[in-house]
Amino acid sequence: MSVRLEKVALTGNQALAHAVRMAKTQVVAAYPITPQTSVVETIAEFCAKGEMDAHFIQTESEHSSMSACIGASMTGARTFTATSSQGLALMHEMLHWAVGARTPIVLGEVNRALAAPWTILSDQSDSMAQRDTGWMQFYCGNNQEVFDTALLAFKLCEAVLLPAMVVLDAFVLSHSVEGVLLPHQELVNQYLPLRETLAKLDPDEPHAFGGMMFPDVFMEQRFKIEESMDIARGVIMECATEWDALTGRLLKPLHCYHTEDAEYIVMCLGTAFGAAMQAVDQLRSKGIKAGAIRMWQYRPFPTQELIDTIPDTSSLAVVDRAVSFGCGGPVGTETKAIFSGNNQVKVYNYIAGLGGREIRSSSFEKVFSGMMENTASQNKINWLEVRQ
Amino acid sequence: MPFDYMTYLREEKLPHMWCPGCGIGIVVKAMIHTFTDLEWDPSDIAIISGIGCTSRAPGYMDMNTLHTTHGRALSFATGIKMHRHDKHVVVIAGDGDMSAIGGNHLIHAARRNININVIVNNNNIYGMTGGQYSPTTPLGAKAATAPYGNLEPSFDLVELVKGAGASFVARGHVGNGRQLNTILKKAFDHKGFSFVEVVSNCHTQFGRRNKMADPMNMISWISDRAKPMKKFEALSDEDKTRCFPVGVIHEDVSRPEYTETYQELIDSLNNGN
Repeated sequence: MSVRLEKVALTGNQALAHAVRMAKTQVVAAYPITPQTSVVETIAEFCAKGEMDAHFIQTESEHSSMSACIGASMTGARTFTATSSQGLALMHEMLHWAVGARTPIVLGEVNRALAAPWTILSDQSDSMAQRDTGWMQFYCGNNQEVFDTALLAFKLCEAVLLPAMVVLDAFVLSHSVEGVLLPHQELVNQYLPLRETLAKLDPDEPHAFGGMMFPDVFMEQRFKIEESMDIARGVIMECATEWDALTGRLLKPLHCYHTEDAEYIVMCLGTAFGAAMQAVDQLRSKGIKAGAIRMWQYRPFPTQELIDTIPDTSSLAVVDRAVSFGCGGPVGTETKAIFSGNNQVKVYNYIAGLGGREIRSSSFEKVFSGMMENTASQNKINWLEVRQ
Repeated sequence: MPFDYMTYLREEKLPHMWCPGCGIGIVVKAMIHTFTDLEWDPSDIAIISGIGCTSRAPGYMDMNTLHTTHGRALSFATGIKMHRHDKHVVVIAGDGDMSAIGGNHLIHAARRNININVIVNNNNIYGMTGGQYSPTTPLGAKAATAPYGNLEPSFDLVELVKGAGASFVARGHVGNGRQLNTILKKAFDHKGFSFVEVVSNCHTQFGRRNKMADPMNMISWISDRAKPMKKFEALSDEDKTRCFPVGVIHEDVSRPEYTETYQELIDSLNNGN
């Protein structure tokens, strides 16, 4: 089949909406919140124009949106919602339910800091706070990746019966226009056939869902979710490889830049990676072996990929755009745990870019200096560019 | 002497963020006149809001202000009133904030008859997020999420709150600021839960999509449909669907106020009764 591509100027939110359209999503339920709103507005317009054969429900809150998605998903529909920040926090109860009910919902999550105080600008504290819900999470670096990740997410979720978040930075991606290659619909149909599921609300074969589970079986149900997370690691690779064969674009758990021989590495999620690569170029021009990593796949956590990527005897600084107060950055803490038995890899944790504060290449240069000059602490949280 | 608005405003926060011609300014003006008429000390007033264009109002008002989460202003206000029932607690919200995500809190505050004054600036749309239809968007009206017309029937907020048990329910509109001032005075003076709906204009998000992009056109459209209760009742059934009654719609002074009832219980228990 020919890979007919059409390059279109799209914001991250529009790219996401196009992926939802091309995935032939059947039910979309959402509530307005900045900076997500244009995702569902675009979808509402696709539905109203008949470009998408879906039902769009504008609910009375995000809690209701996720509830409606779970209900729709349980009838066998391919289901999507999008939200940000407070909206995701309000969904929290239902995020757990979606996982326990094994509903393969895809959620577009536009990263925005949580209140109080109010802000509409980006950090990753909203999605990171949902890391224990059992949702898979993918952090995108550009608008093309938003589109590709959303399609992969539907395929993946329906294969492992877990929901997933496609995460993108507020404004930097959500409202910025980039060229995005849209494949021909037939190619998407081939990659992502219509959803088929056996366990659903079906009048022809009635089942009961959501019943009480006592201690004799409850833990087994939880173990099955963890087992599916493990299975997902392989399925992600399969889905990514298949998409690569069709489009020539490979989605990877970790995007690495000059890490093979690196002595000093910075790692981040999302769009800050551009500034990180710039800092690496700057240091490499001075003969310093610097490298950078962008983590695309956060849940399931890419443990083995990190072990395989980080060279022995190197120093690694994880730059988190979220903080678990009293402990550290979520990604930094988890990365430290992986390398806790390895005395050769030094792991540092930085907190940066909260509430929309920019992380520039000069910011990453400070992180590199912290490692090189031994001014950064391995035991404490390092707050980057903050007035103390 | 010119009227002194600055007693109740934070000058350093101005200019405000509302679009030129927005109805919210008329509501804030009426509120300030009411506070002045009732001689309420700004330090004795707490204004609570949620999220949306209307909820930005307390930020400009120089008193005890709390800008809270979407839909929950009444829950925050209930906590404040229960602990400081000697103070004036006023909630200002938009229609999306108060009747969609916050709808549950609205009916329960009305049911309790707690002495909180609620003002809803009803402009029939989610303005701040870009013009999505709200629970008060008229059937068939266009919105960002209803480009071919809204399919959902709308709430009559006055009837909703009256049905939930509010002891004071009234409606004003932005085409008549003086009348709104009079209504607010009665509402703020009422002991118990008071609810005032202000029919307002969002020409930017609602009007633009519904052939009323000019604020004056939209305010005229509102004013022409506003009828005092007696005149409204004399209208034909067909005309009633196009118009809405204004003024005090419902008032019941016999219902006990919640914080007073609560205090009576505490007093009776302390007295060993």
